Amino acid sequence: MDFNLSKTQILFRQMIQEFALKEVKPLAAEIDEMERFPKETVEKMGPIGLMGIPIPMKYGGSGADTLLYAMAVEELSRVCATTGVIVSAHTSLCAVPILEYGSEEQKMKYLPKLASGEWLGAFGLTEPNAGTDASAQQTTAVPDGDDFIINGSKIFITNAEYAHVYVVMAMTDKSKGTKGITAFIVEKGTPGFSIGKKEKKMGIRGSATCELIFENCRVPRANQLGKTGEGFGLAMKTLDGGRIGIAAQALGIAQGALSETVKYVKERKQFGKPLSAFQNTQFQLADMETRIQAARWLVYRAAMLKDQKVNYSSEAAMAKLFAAEVAMEVTTRAVQCHGGYGYTREYPVERMMRDAKITEIYEGTSEVQRMVIAAKLLK
Amino acid sequence: MKIVVCIKQVPDTTEIKINPATGTLIRDGVPSIMNPDDKAGLELAVELKEKHGATVTVITMGPPQADAILREAFAMGADRAILLTDKRFAGADTLATSHALAGALGKLEFDLLITGRQAIDGDTAQVGPQIAELLALPQVTYLRNLSFDGKKTFTLERETEEGYQVLEADAPCLVTVLSTARKPRYMRVKGIVEAYQREVELWGFEQIEVAEEHLGLKGSPTKVFKAFAKASKAPGEVYEADPEEAVGIVISKLKEKFII
Repeated sequence: MDFNLSKTQILFRQMIQEFALKEVKPLAAEIDEMERFPKETVEKMGPIGLMGIPIPMKYGGSGADTLLYAMAVEELSRVCATTGVIVSAHTSLCAVPILEYGSEEQKMKYLPKLASGEWLGAFGLTEPNAGTDASAQQTTAVPDGDDFIINGSKIFITNAEYAHVYVVMAMTDKSKGTKGITAFIVEKGTPGFSIGKKEKKMGIRGSATCELIFENCRVPRANQLGKTGEGFGLAMKTLDGGRIGIAAQALGIAQGALSETVKYVKERKQFGKPLSAFQNTQFQLADMETRIQAARWLVYRAAMLKDQKVNYSSEAAMAKLFAAEVAMEVTTRAVQCHGGYGYTREYPVERMMRDAKITEIYEGTSEVQRMVIAAKLLK
Repeated sequence: MKIVVCIKQVPDTTEIKINPATGTLIRDGVPSIMNPDDKAGLELAVELKEKHGATVTVITMGPPQADAILREAFAMGADRAILLTDKRFAGADTLATSHALAGALGKLEFDLLITGRQAIDGDTAQVGPQIAELLALPQVTYLRNLSFDGKKTFTLERETEEGYQVLEADAPCLVTVLSTARKPRYMRVKGIVEAYQREVELWGFEQIEVAEEHLGLKGSPTKVFKAFAKASKAPGEVYEADPEEAVGIVISKLKEKFII
């Protein structure tokens, strides 16, 4: 057992920290304030290989593992949770299912453009009446000659509007319940496919979150992803992987909030001494650091298990559950340590606290993670 | 085209600790980076490679841990890396360093030899020019830009205090590059993944054919008289004022201190 990072991981962290600090951090407050999608950051991440980290080199990716990918989302989210989720949704929820379930033709067609960042990816599962109960899909796909005709809508779709490729679930046979769901690859600009309302959110405000609308949208049969009726399983497996990304995002947010707090308490003076000299402050920092370290090892372990190709559902759920709760707790404490200033936009911790909340909700709420973990125990 | 870039690992901090007995740097515990001028030089080399086709070799002289910047160079696009390391090279001043590097470079073929202008730890700006002298190469220092005609001539912009000069030089030649000449690219993830799977060539005393008297402490005429850490300055005074008022404040302060 080895808790040390490898030389490759250390070199990667050196690069990603520098990139995050110089290219991502300076935009974080502005894109939050303006609810602006940081297109320029995506354009910078593409050539470096950050949009295809775990995609094999033969498909134009960087050929790295899930752990390196998780470290990237962590470090990006440490300074800007919006940028973290753009990479996470693109990679875990679009590029990876195409890699794992796509035909060779589909991989050759989509992965090089996704991995280079030329195309952005998204994932459509959630519907107005199918949230945690994802099996209650109402979007339908009916075969018609060489095509499927999709009707329905999806909500809360990350990267929508900016994405070129969408992995979308639809009912192909309602009578079969979850066994009647099939996955499709839908391209931007397909007739009958449009982007609906953009959500105004509490946090991750730079990320685009929109509705997808399908009105007699004709998708070629060649765009079916995986086997007919296996879309629900594909979506659940995809979310297992996605949870590693979101857990890494939560971890990054927490680490970012702690780093800001350490800096602040050394500078801020009250009663004639810096806040860092008070034992209450020290104990707060110690609690935050301990929880973050614990979260980090859960996240890294889940990533390593995915790479070992063993079942990691429960570990990914634990990583996300714990890291998300740590992010919420640490950012709340960080705001408290900053006092009144922490509640203002003069300091980044209020943004981090708003950003942290979503990690307890999307890609499976904390309650869903508990269901996954308990289900394995009681099997 | 064949390009060789000399790079150096330097401590990345203003809090440099110095061994009071020897006057040399203590590297332990201080994060190390690729020297900024050298990194801009490497960027220039990789751009030339992309535009004209070239092989880029990086070479560094240093302790075994200098391997890290060679891996970084791989991840930025270098094709070959050489670590010049030997106990007999230790304690070298700029002259002994130049002798060792020139010995190694003499074994390599190149059309363009790039060094940084100077390293942030020593600030001497001597190694590049000394290598050029030892290898009898034309040299252009303080480079802010470079272009290549695709055949054998480089057009070079050399920064001076007054402005800049435009010069031409034929291959092979040596240039020393300013950190501002290019913004270095970020390491590529793919390059990082492969960096430690590639071979860094280790060259020592035997490979370079330079007399021992020119190397290491023995070959270093520079004697460090005293080394000390600069005392940090007192915090300045901050005034909030509109530009006109601010000018008045600055002038009166400068007069107060007899600067003007």
